[in-house]
Order: sequence, then C-alpha cells, then structure tokens
Amino acid sequence: MGVSGKPAELLEIEPVLRDQVPVIRRFTGGGTVVVDCGTIFVTFICNKEAVPDLQPYPRPIMSWSGLLYSKVFQGIGDFHLRENDYVFGNHKFGGNAQSITKSRWIHHTSFLWDFDVRNMTYLKLPKRAPAYRSARGHLDFICRMKDYMPRSIFIDKTVEAASTQFSLRSFESEEIETLSETEFHPSTRLLSAEELEADVIAGR
Amino acid sequence: MALRMWASSTANALKISCASKAHLSPAFSLSRCFSTVLDGLKYADSHEWVKHEGSVATIGITDHAQDHLGEVVFVELPEAGGSVSKGKGFGAVESVKATSDVNSPISGEVVEVNSKLTETPGLINSSPYEDGWMIKVKPSSPSELESLMGPKEYTKFCEEEDAAH
Repeated sequence: MGVSGKPAELLEIEPVLRDQVPVIRRFTGGGTVVVDCGTIFVTFICNKEAVPDLQPYPRPIMSWSGLLYSKVFQGIGDFHLRENDYVFGNHKFGGNAQSITKSRWIHHTSFLWDFDVRNMTYLKLPKRAPAYRSARGHLDFICRMKDYMPRSIFIDKTVEAASTQFSLRSFESEEIETLSETEFHPSTRLLSAEELEADVIAGR
Repeated sequence: MALRMWASSTANALKISCASKAHLSPAFSLSRCFSTVLDGLKYADSHEWVKHEGSVATIGITDHAQDHLGEVVFVELPEAGGSVSKGKGFGAVESVKATSDVNSPISGEVVEVNSKLTETPGLINSSPYEDGWMIKVKPSSPSELESLMGPKEYTKFCEEEDAAH
C-alpha cells in the first residue's frame, strides 16, 4: 500500500486477516499491489542532477521512465505509459510509485510477472482509479508480463536501457547492505492485525 | 530530446492559460512565468513561501510547486508544538503516485497546523497562498527570512528553472 492508503478502503480485510496476508505500508505514494514470488521490482534512486534536464516532479519523472521502458518493450505488445501505468494496449502490467525529497528522488515499479487470480480477490476496486480503467474489475484490467516477454530478456533489456542513461556496476544484495555506514530507520512497515481491524471499525 | 519536446509543448499549453491568469491578481509581470507569485511573501528555492506577520510566520507551497506536483490527494503535517529547521523537511504532499517532501524556509516552533488539509488536501492546488497554508511557526531566528528570495527574485528563479529543463 502507498503512504496514505486506508486499508479498509483498499483491501478486503476479512480474507486478508483470515489468510494472514502481510500488509506493508510503503513510504512512497501510489496504489496497492499484490506482491508474490514472481513480482519483478525495478527501482531508480537518483540524485536531483542524475538525469540531465529532468525536473524532480512526478510527471517528468514518470515520462522519463516511460521513455526508458519504451526501449525495453520496443515492438512488443503495444507498450505505453497510460496515465501513470505501464500498459500493453489498455491492460496494466506495472504500477508506479515515487518519493521526492529536496535533493533526490526514487521511482519504483512492481511488474506483474504472473498472478494467481485468487490473490486479486484481496483487493477492492480503488476509489481513485485512472480514467482508462473504465470501472473494469482487476482481471479485465491487468495482464501478465510473462505472456509478452521471457523474464531474462526483460531483465537484460532493462539493464541495457539503464546503461544508455547511466554507467552500470553489478552488486550482490549482501554487498549493498555492508556498503552503507549510516544508521537507517525504514519508515516502510508491516501493518498489524490490530491496525487493520481498527481501520475497518473506524470506517464504520 | 523527447523530454525537451514534451517540456516545450507543455510550456506552450501553459502559456495559454498563463495569459488569462495574468489578469487576475499577481504583483509581477508574468510574461514568461507560468505561475502566480505574490507580493509580501518570501520564497525558498525548494518552492515554499513564508508570510511573516508579527511573531508568527505562515508557510505553504507556491503556485509553481502545486502546478508541477499535480492534484494533491494527501498532506502529511507535523504536530503543533513540534519544531522545524530551515531547509529541513517538515511534512509531505502526495500527488499522482508520488510523495514529495515539503521543507521549512525558516526555523522555529510550530504553533498551528492547517487541519482543513486532512479533509480537503486540494486546497493546496486551488488556493496555495491562502486556504492551502500548511503550518504557522514562531520563528526562532527572524534573520533567516532575510536570506530568502523576494517575489521578483523568485519569479526569475522559476523562469530559469523551467527554461533549463
């Protein structure tokens, strides 16, 4: 869930609690996504000057990301950035979220590689939805990336597209943790069952 | 290249709406600026404004900022009684998938917070300098106000920033 998401409005709380689905509140904006073992996350964390001529505001950053992914999906499935989603045609396969501070910004995407239809039943239809969604239910609105491109090709092409903008080095994730010397307290957190239940009661 | 073309076509579209804004209320010529800048306020380079009246300073984000952010859907504000520091974040606004930090132009104690923004965050878009105010602060170092930009300087700053991108 995004930073301001209200669980009772976005989730079917009863099945979420019954099935013990962890609910995480991000520090970034944006909507709610179901994350499973197939989800591919791509995150850009940039200093304000990292991308020349890019103003650190949501729409320019979103456009920039759309141009980058256009290189990845060239000729595949009628890709474009539609309002703030990545779509093939009018079916969404990637949700975006950002956080912008004085000197840097983060833009991250969770790509819907594959999904279990049952997991979509945890999500309510959001009150705030893009116009192109046209009140479609989840299954009519989203699509699976794996139907369009092999996983390794997507990853390779994304790395290649990033290399046209930045110089790249590879790290293992364990190496990244040991690089940081600053004390870090994440604001992204797991919501407790009590918080989820309380939100339902508050809504009533 | 594509970004420049996008930016200039957006700028051209805004110029049309800016021309009509120019007849409303601003203190300065808007010949090349696309947003309203008010007289009597001081401005930070992170696009917040301060209005100093006696022992209290009111703070919000500028018309330029709200226009670039898009529709504000959620506002995160500090508690009254807390403190703010010049140049540091005190809250955030959420718009279009993004949460953006809001920084305080001055240091001091928060004496009041605009609770209307909880129910109606869109006030920041519709009335960034009035009903969309965010916090009121008792300044701890009034001299900090002197290092902020005046309206003319801020207008030029916005023009240069938009032209550079």
